[in-house]
Amino acid sequence: MAVKPLADTEFYKKQTRLALRNCGVIDPESIEEYFAVDGYQALAKALTQLTPEQVIQIMKDSGLRGRGGGGFPTGLKWSFTAANAADQKYVVCNADEGDPGAFMDRSVLEGDPHAIVEAMAICGYCTGATAGYIYVRAEYPIAVKRLEIAIDAAKKHQLLGKNIFGSGFDFELYIRLGAGAFVCGEETALMTSIEGNRGEPRPRPPYPAVKGLFGKPTTENNVETFANVPQIILHGAEPFAAMGTEKSKGSKVFALGGNINNTGLVEIPMGTRLREIIEEIGGGIPNGRKFKAVQTGGPSGGCIPTEHLDIEIDYDNLSAIGCMIGSGGMIVMDDSKCMVDIARFFLDFTVDESCGKCSPCRIGTKRMLEILDKIIAGNGTLEDVDKLEELAYHVKENSLCGLGQTAPNPVLATLRFFRHEYIAHVTEHKCPAGVCKALLSYNIDPEKCIGCTLCARVCPTGAINGTVKQPHVIDHDKCIKCGACETACKKVHAVYKA
Amino acid sequence: MLKKISKLPFSGTPEQEARLQAVIAECSGDKSLLMHVMQQAQGIYGYLPFEVQAIIADGMDIPLEHIYGVSTFYAQFALAPKGKYNVSVCLGTACYVKGAQDVLEKVMDELKIGSGECTSDGLFSIEACRCIGACGLAPVMMINDDVYGNLSPAQIPGILEKYRNN
Repeated sequence: MAVKPLADTEFYKKQTRLALRNCGVIDPESIEEYFAVDGYQALAKALTQLTPEQVIQIMKDSGLRGRGGGGFPTGLKWSFTAANAADQKYVVCNADEGDPGAFMDRSVLEGDPHAIVEAMAICGYCTGATAGYIYVRAEYPIAVKRLEIAIDAAKKHQLLGKNIFGSGFDFELYIRLGAGAFVCGEETALMTSIEGNRGEPRPRPPYPAVKGLFGKPTTENNVETFANVPQIILHGAEPFAAMGTEKSKGSKVFALGGNINNTGLVEIPMGTRLREIIEEIGGGIPNGRKFKAVQTGGPSGGCIPTEHLDIEIDYDNLSAIGCMIGSGGMIVMDDSKCMVDIARFFLDFTVDESCGKCSPCRIGTKRMLEILDKIIAGNGTLEDVDKLEELAYHVKENSLCGLGQTAPNPVLATLRFFRHEYIAHVTEHKCPAGVCKALLSYNIDPEKCIGCTLCARVCPTGAINGTVKQPHVIDHDKCIKCGACETACKKVHAVYKA
Repeated sequence: MLKKISKLPFSGTPEQEARLQAVIAECSGDKSLLMHVMQQAQGIYGYLPFEVQAIIADGMDIPLEHIYGVSTFYAQFALAPKGKYNVSVCLGTACYVKGAQDVLEKVMDELKIGSGECTSDGLFSIEACRCIGACGLAPVMMINDDVYGNLSPAQIPGILEKYRNN
């Protein structure tokens, strides 16, 4: 059988790889291979042919928006820092990819580290910064190692350091390791952390463009945003601006995972329909299950149900239905998942990761989690569901930083699209998906049971009674709902959850 | 984040302290390198007991309470020793959706300890960790630097057995 080229496979056919263009193509530890794919040509062009103002104008014209979650126009952000005079300015790369389920930044750092080095130098040139920091998660040791190799090689080739390309522009780059704090993905918290403190966010204004790292004007962008910059500078704004939708240009990388046949990084033009990603690129849902929802934006995002499968993905369309692109995590869930349980999963995460500085987030998310726990345990009421929703809006409106302001989103989104599941938990004391253990019971269908005793033998608490060749019965007072009997009864499937 | 704080007596060696002092000497001019020093210290001692935090406080000329604040803020800093083999089960979204909770429960069941604890022989410890970015292989766990993907609870006893006999 002939082997198909990658570009002809269903998974890659619909993809357009810009940010990921070099990942898996070049040896990330070789600067020569990066040179061979036009590496550092964009920096050379910027430094020798363009003024800082022209570079910023190209970035503005391209329509590139921040890929870390905020979606703020990159060129505009750079112009703010450029406009502030100071003796020292900084460029910061946010590589603290803390969103569970997102790994595009790791792939870019591991597969194309020089693109980030080059982009940061370009940003430094047009904003007037002479030093940059890359803040990387300590959980990504390979990314750190390859960045170190890339920075050393760039220094040796005088692409970092003094008087780059004889232009008089100096730029130094440093790596700082995070230590596992989700809130450090928030720009002011990240800067506080680089300074050697607890990574707590600061109130804005003053914005980082005025008073950022070490009190100096600072431009901060995420890895994927930077990865797009060299191409834009090299080929001009037009090819990039020609892709995508009216307000969201270019392409976006999504980390496709969860209950889907093809998992991995997917880079698609903005405006692609969600259905194409799930059904064509992702190859649909495995195990004969049905699609239920896609979770995007991690703990800050929401979920998209079946009725919105034809949505064209861009920043504004997703936020219109209470979702967000976020950093690009895309977790597909099949119909065996309970949405109340998923909301609880994310809230448990944000409660743990709340830095504790402001009370709406510190106390509000904790109270929300308690209400969810009550609902999942089967003790919730309709008033609890309303209270949960009201509290969610308070936390959203009154928290200091992005973490708290978006922490209620998973709850609000599931309430919006799957309210009936919450209602079933509190009024019928049932978990429709059969996930919440307190709300389900295991039973044996006497019609199907052949009395083989397999279930009674695996039951750890001796809760199953019956004689050989007679239908067995589960004692619900003793049952701990471990599900061992269901697994054991694979011949006749007499054990069922209700 | 709640941290487990060790009650074991401190047993650092002069050799470990010399290595830490060398790191401090290199960084003491720049207080923003505090986290770097703490990461190195954790690499040397395996965790950050108060005694080590005090050495850093003196060497970097930073108040101990600031260092304690930093060490309790970040998930990576451990205030209690870990086992020879640290089992981290990823509880990121993709892993959770694909049954990581069952994997974690199986590991706890097998080792008879909870998450964040260490077995009495010091061989194993368990932690439920944040997304390690291997979502395509979900559910995933790591034992020290070895990654195990596409796990099911049934595979856990066999995997742990390999380390027991080492």
